[in-house]
Amino acid sequence: MLEAVGAATVEELFDIPPAIEFDGAFGIDARSERETRRLVRSMLDRNDTLTELLGRGHYGYYIPSLVDHLADRSEFLTSYTQYQPEVSQGFLQVLFEYQSLLVELTGLEIANCSMYDAATALGEAATLAERVRETSGHRVLVPDRLLEGRRSTLENYVAGTDLVVEEYPLDDGVVDLEALEGMVDEDVVMLYAENPTVRGTIEEGLESIGDLATAHDALYVLGSDPIALSLLQRPADVGADVVVGDASVLGLPTSYGMGLGLFATREDFLRQVPGRLVGVSEDATDRRAYTLTLQTREQHIRRERATSNICTNQAWVALRTAIHAASLGPHGMVDLAKRGVTRAEDLAEHLDEMTGVAAPVHDRRHFREFVAHVDQPAAPIAEDLERRGFAVHVVGEHEIQVCVAGVSDAKLERFVAAFKEVVQ
Amino acid sequence: MTNNAETPEDGSVRYDQARYVENGQYEPLLAEKDQTRVEIGDDDDSPLPDDLTRDSLELPELSEPELARHYTRLSQMIYGIDSGPYPLGSCTMKYNPKFTEDVAALPSAAVHPDRSERSTQGSLELMYRLQDYLGRIGGMDAVTLQPPAGAAGEFVGIRVAAAYHEHNGEGHRDEVIIPDSAHGTNFATAALGGYDVVSLPSDEDGRVDLEALEAALSENTAALMLTNPNTLGLFERDITEIAEMVHDVGGLLYYDGANLNALLGRARPGDMGFDVMHYNVHKTFATPHGGGGPGAGPVGVVSELAPFLPSPRVRESEDGASEPSYELFEPDHTIGKVHGFQGNWLVLVKTFAYIARLGDAGLADASAKAVLNANYLASQIGYDVPYEPFHHEFVASAGEQDAADVAKRMLDYGVHPPTTKWPEIVPEALMTEPTEVESKATLDRLAAAFNAVADEADGALEAAPNRTTARRIDQTSAARNPRLSWHALEDE
Ligand SMILES: Cc1ncc(COP(=O)(O)O)c(C=O)c1O
Repeated sequence: MLEAVGAATVEELFDIPPAIEFDGAFGIDARSERETRRLVRSMLDRNDTLTELLGRGHYGYYIPSLVDHLADRSEFLTSYTQYQPEVSQGFLQVLFEYQSLLVELTGLEIANCSMYDAATALGEAATLAERVRETSGHRVLVPDRLLEGRRSTLENYVAGTDLVVEEYPLDDGVVDLEALEGMVDEDVVMLYAENPTVRGTIEEGLESIGDLATAHDALYVLGSDPIALSLLQRPADVGADVVVGDASVLGLPTSYGMGLGLFATREDFLRQVPGRLVGVSEDATDRRAYTLTLQTREQHIRRERATSNICTNQAWVALRTAIHAASLGPHGMVDLAKRGVTRAEDLAEHLDEMTGVAAPVHDRRHFREFVAHVDQPAAPIAEDLERRGFAVHVVGEHEIQVCVAGVSDAKLERFVAAFKEVVQ
Repeated sequence: MTNNAETPEDGSVRYDQARYVENGQYEPLLAEKDQTRVEIGDDDDSPLPDDLTRDSLELPELSEPELARHYTRLSQMIYGIDSGPYPLGSCTMKYNPKFTEDVAALPSAAVHPDRSERSTQGSLELMYRLQDYLGRIGGMDAVTLQPPAGAAGEFVGIRVAAAYHEHNGEGHRDEVIIPDSAHGTNFATAALGGYDVVSLPSDEDGRVDLEALEAALSENTAALMLTNPNTLGLFERDITEIAEMVHDVGGLLYYDGANLNALLGRARPGDMGFDVMHYNVHKTFATPHGGGGPGAGPVGVVSELAPFLPSPRVRESEDGASEPSYELFEPDHTIGKVHGFQGNWLVLVKTFAYIARLGDAGLADASAKAVLNANYLASQIGYDVPYEPFHHEFVASAGEQDAADVAKRMLDYGVHPPTTKWPEIVPEALMTEPTEVESKATLDRLAAAFNAVADEADGALEAAPNRTTARRIDQTSAARNPRLSWHALEDE
């Protein structure tokens, strides 16, 4: 090969000025495959094995075996963006079906085929609001208990615009409509609410929030996820303009926060949507075929005038989400969501029976998680629970948050027993 | 099937992609196999009052074997690296070692991000060691693993630059300079960060034009974004001088790590004078591209910029225990977060495993073979390659042919085509990056495909592809009449 290229050594092919050449000594040892696996395993074994009653934006639902086995087929794993649709029909169809799933769940006409996660999807929604705004306003209103990761990511996404993020208060776990009404004016370009909320409550004022947004020409952005959307109010029915959230509640196990940004919106904003869209066309034999479409919105064509800078996205996670949803089917999805309500409320009841515990803190309906008040300081309780093999959130000096997603009934029973011992 | 679709007798393999046709259409949609509507609230077992629920949900209800066949068939209608060579320029489509999937699937990797530091020492150690590896490889002092892709890494770079200038009372800097041959994400990211983009023309050798750079630089320059080797595969030989020029006006130099595969073990962005860079782990470190993602885009910076990195980062804690322990910390002047949690964790695990497997020698060997393979392939094809000396990728010109048609025709030869029509400075560009993983035999097969197509008439090219699942797809009608869900098809 060297002969063919007319070089005596490979080094001759490098055109690097000597002054900046590097000798290659990173100090990283090579290992066999087996040793590498052992190294990673022994390192990760330092993670304790705990039963996680954790949620707050990241969930560990049971993933059917079908998902791993199909998604790990190497054609799915080792292909890339479908720049050549004729040879990528399979993945394009998967993404088209994923978009369709989100359209069904949200009732909005358009869903893109992924953002990175819920936080960046929220950021993208704000830049969308900036592009489509009908007023000269610049305020983005978000709930005061918004997850720090979402809030901070949103701040970064709007840093290059004239938008400012402000908080509105919640009242006993749901939106304080009166306070919100007092805050909304023509200057508001986006109003963001979540259902369920970060503390697991089911929002009751979705329609009124939508009316407020509409009355002031603000974009109504709703945060949710595919499991909650299977049961809770359909965003289109409460006037949502955009739905964001983490779609990987279906498809991914707990992955240290890795997610899949859900982004759906109304048809009116078609040309302003961020991210990739798969559409339908025909091939030369007049058969239906799929292709990436409306690419003139995207960075590789529109450059600094693109609707987003996203290129590599979360397509393979969308595949996993689509397979998981398909394997549940509509009955399975609705049932899973219903169990999120009943199991959380059952657990709250059990905790509430204990002396020194009041659960749930909010007198509302809950989805999948809730906050419990503990008379004793919460942090030591959580530490004690951790020693007994359970992880919970500490969300206040005397507040613990627990989530039932993915936790078996047997483990919940053991958790209740452990909790009782700890608070007694 | 037309005759001219037959693969010539030149040693190339004949390729036929899977194609299922039912009722005159390809594989039906899930929704065409079944649609089941579940009513909610019309029975007693709804745990919620009707005003808190939706009315119904309509989706396919299929058996597990039906789904297994559906997705298996769809997978057969996809060309991946495991199907054959995939020399998609700038994307570094190298083989993804299987064992990295196994380490990422370890049950001990499946932890929640809100777990206590004490109970997640394994994850923290892996992140700490990966930060360290990447710092060494890039010649950078501090690394964040949070950005979930290259473009997100660029965004961190731009936000860090903004915070740094602001901190120094230089918030007036409002321009980011980007070569005209750069990737689209560079422009889009600078704009997202609120910067005016100053486009920099290339000189006739295809590199940064120093005079044009001089003219573009000013006290308003926040940063210059560069990739090196550039998108033509050329090393920016004047990089030290470029860095000096940028630094002289008080700007920062950003390295787009998409092309780091050319330099592993031979040159480091930090030594070239770059202040901030992203690593494209789904390119350089072989994590799978997954049909479009997920990837990860960690960012490295020089020590001066470390206080501005996203939060949290991982460090060793000084608790005096015999076994080192790790903790999260918030950099002093952090820009905050660019992801809800810690980024694409599972991808980071694979990245760590790949680097730990290769080590110094393996990494340097990767760049050696990547550059040799690109040079060999270019020497075997008839298309003109106007800019040299290139490294891990080259940009050939399809000349009188339409590069997009060339790509379609190459599909018939069972290979994935190069990136086409970019960078624009080469007419009808065929941006080709074979990567280090291809054998000479595969490169010869790839060259045969290029050369066969080069000799074909426009008619054959325009009729292509023939052997793929779908034939040529009409892009215009997809955009003119957008149908983006199966719901939209029902209305037809
Ligand atoms: C030169 C270059 N820069 C930046 C990017 C953006 O990286 P990502 O797709 O991971 O966001 C890419 C690849 O897509 C690229 O080729």
